[in-house]
Amino acid sequence: MQHYTMNLTVKVWRQANTNAQGKFETYPVKDISSEMSFLEMIDVLNDQLIIEGKDPIAFDHDCREGICGMCSMYIDGRAHGPWTQNTTCQLHMRAYKDGDTITIEPWRATAFPVIKDLVVDRTAFDRIQQAGGYITVNTGNAVDGNSIPIEKANADASFAAAMCIGCGACVAACKNSSAMLFTSAKVSQYALLPQGEIERSTRVLNMVAQMDKEGFGSCTNTGACEAECPKGISISNIARLNREYINASLS
Amino acid sequence: MALESKVPVGNMDEKWSKYKSTCKLVNPANKRNIDIIVVGTGLAGASAAATLAELGYNVKAFCFQDSARRAHSIAAQGGVNAAKNYQNDGDSVYRLFYDTIKGGDYRAREGNVHRLAEVSGNIIDQCVAQGVPFAREYGGMLSNRSFGGTQVQRTFYAAGQTGQQLLLGAYSALNRQIGLGKVKMYARHEMLDVVKVDGVARGIIAKNLITGKLERHGAHAVLLCTGGYGNVFFLSTNAMGSNVTAAWKAHKQGAFFGNPCFTQIHPTCIPVSGDHQSKLTLMSESLRNDGRIWVPKKQNDTRKAVDIPEEERDYYLERRYPAFGNLVPRDVASRAAKERCDAGYGVGTSKMAVYLDFASAIERYGNKEATKRGMPNADKATIIAMGKEVVKEQYGNLFEMYEKITGENPYEMPMRIYPAVHYTMGGLWVNYELQTTVKGLYALGEANFSDHGANRLGASALMQGLADGYFVIPYTIGNYLADEIRTPKIDINQEAFVQAEKATQDRMEKLMNIKGQHTVDYFHKKLGLIMWEKCGMARNAAGLTEAVAEIQALRAEFWKDVKIPGSINEFNPELDKAGRVADFLELGELMCKDALQREESCGGHFREEYQEADGEAKRDDTNFMYVSAWENTGTDWTLHKESLDYEVIHPSQRNYK
Repeated sequence: MQHYTMNLTVKVWRQANTNAQGKFETYPVKDISSEMSFLEMIDVLNDQLIIEGKDPIAFDHDCREGICGMCSMYIDGRAHGPWTQNTTCQLHMRAYKDGDTITIEPWRATAFPVIKDLVVDRTAFDRIQQAGGYITVNTGNAVDGNSIPIEKANADASFAAAMCIGCGACVAACKNSSAMLFTSAKVSQYALLPQGEIERSTRVLNMVAQMDKEGFGSCTNTGACEAECPKGISISNIARLNREYINASLS
Repeated sequence: MALESKVPVGNMDEKWSKYKSTCKLVNPANKRNIDIIVVGTGLAGASAAATLAELGYNVKAFCFQDSARRAHSIAAQGGVNAAKNYQNDGDSVYRLFYDTIKGGDYRAREGNVHRLAEVSGNIIDQCVAQGVPFAREYGGMLSNRSFGGTQVQRTFYAAGQTGQQLLLGAYSALNRQIGLGKVKMYARHEMLDVVKVDGVARGIIAKNLITGKLERHGAHAVLLCTGGYGNVFFLSTNAMGSNVTAAWKAHKQGAFFGNPCFTQIHPTCIPVSGDHQSKLTLMSESLRNDGRIWVPKKQNDTRKAVDIPEEERDYYLERRYPAFGNLVPRDVASRAAKERCDAGYGVGTSKMAVYLDFASAIERYGNKEATKRGMPNADKATIIAMGKEVVKEQYGNLFEMYEKITGENPYEMPMRIYPAVHYTMGGLWVNYELQTTVKGLYALGEANFSDHGANRLGASALMQGLADGYFVIPYTIGNYLADEIRTPKIDINQEAFVQAEKATQDRMEKLMNIKGQHTVDYFHKKLGLIMWEKCGMARNAAGLTEAVAEIQALRAEFWKDVKIPGSINEFNPELDKAGRVADFLELGELMCKDALQREESCGGHFREEYQEADGEAKRDDTNFMYVSAWENTGTDWTLHKESLDYEVIHPSQRNYK
């Protein structure tokens, strides 16, 4: 693969804290290698800002290999940037060419207030899980793992839903800031497994109630969440959640 | 101070059950009045916090990430070991125990490791009950694969994301307790000191990372589940935020540090691409199940991998270690890769890489599929296509990850890999009960030193983190807290807390006031380079001695010349990073001193002066069969030794040939 270097213009949302007024600032960045990751490009910019005596850009990141779900940039109008099924930290600079301008914003949603610059508060997701995203089983209660055979297709589908990394791209991508894809992924993981059967109804009712309480918007089935999900969580999980919810409401 | 391991007397396979049935208990009414602090919410922390809350204790859990779910355990890929023997291939608790001790090159504590093997099966059961979606066979049973250093299939997995699924399981249990009000969760909080009252751990000083304000938290016991210190090398497979700070503060408060030089260099990582590199990415060891590792037989061969014919390839692991082949333990595989690259056989632009090739696995799986689907006359292209499908199902997400980083398609050309820092076997010294040398202060998971000796086998970290949190600490902490039922709620306004908070605040102000020339990363990268060059895959006395002096000088420079933007009372990641790097700058020195005193080669610790004629590690059981436990004396360290007395296994030279 041919490597190259580039000069770029980066427009970034700067906001000192939750209550401050935010605005875009524009920065030139030079000599960026196409082999760098997107966040390494931000590292370079931040180093430059620190040396110039300016405040570096605050952004969330941790594993930098696409699994922890911490990074959360809205890049040129897309959650996690131009590549599909990709997190911001996995985006590499070969996606850009010399002279490009890149605009970076935080996740925008009422339920995700900005903490600083590109960092947002996603604890609403934790609270949705706390409302019912579990199976009630104390440590020590378990029977032998193989005493619960599970059809491979169900196990695989459950795993596909469980791959959600809780990054919040689905909310950021949705015009209504709905958290349905996130919530439905967790509901589906357990709904597809025999272990989840006992608390099936209370789980979906409680999680949806908490989701509504947090101020996420309604789902209007535009599918933007699925299109931007870095883990390819299927929108069919939302259909499953709706079925689970109706069944639980009726019973 | 004499180090007491407190391993129970009696037969190896009866120690733990005897301990469990004779340890002291705390009755439920008393548990309600006892507070426990758990720092870190990875596998060890989340499982401990959830389980202790289930038992009735009041738990406060802390993590520096924005959510407990993001702890770095989430990045573990390959799997979790358990002695279930579901495959009927001869596995047993004893074999898992034996493999782990041998894999650790006879530098782990037997009693702890046997207990780990005993509870391994319970972990799988617990996770399945929680709804962890492990990989399964068509009959609905759990699937297994094999990992390095073993000859049985005992690894349970969820595609290449086992750590994520296990952590989300523990996180769900934690969430249930948060919802029930038994755990109070403090995310975006970093522990900056342990508070001792009359020599006993009674709380912590934590920083709210959003506001920058310090907080005092009291408890009857403090558990550190804060992971490893691989980021001392700057470049490692650890997450950017992974750090030693909590463990280091504990060390400075009197907790001994065990085997700090035992670090694991993982053989299969994506090579460094340039100076801009901020972290390295692991390609799961499970790939060595099917991938074959090779370099060209000719030095400085510039041909493309596909243009090098079969007979001109050196499958050096298969050649050197026919019995284990590509599945030798990590330390052996890493050194072998370094040896080939140093000798001029490396590949890629940097020449510091070897190939991990799936071509023959793709063909093998393709042929199997052709048979399965009744297509005896399938042409080569069809076979390859079917083989790729099978490989995709097993390793798809790993291949994708590789392609995203390198821009190369591993289905078409072999991956380039090179060893990178991955795990630290060393950590806070703990006894059998996981208590450090500070009373009331415990260390679990990667943060402690106890189970992996000088080298950890694949799929054992997840096992240990969950064993400590779900099945060990709930018993051993009771044995301590039974004597604490008369201790009232800890008063956080007492002098010890006031002093600790002030010292922490002073240190932050000192850092902010340096106002030097260079960024925190500038120093961190320099430290990393010293560590990698002189305390990395191969070490020698001269290099280590130089490294100690260089680190001391770098530390002095850091405290004179670091530049931290912003202020204390705000969200300031650079300040947080500076505090962590300051601690790494002390730890690095201790690691080099530990490596220097251990005049032998064992596991991941390879001293060039101590090797066999064929380049294999030369262990010295007569003089070095001990755990080095370092006491911090403020300005230097004193070495204490815990002698390792093997009751069951007779140490021998590890042989994977």
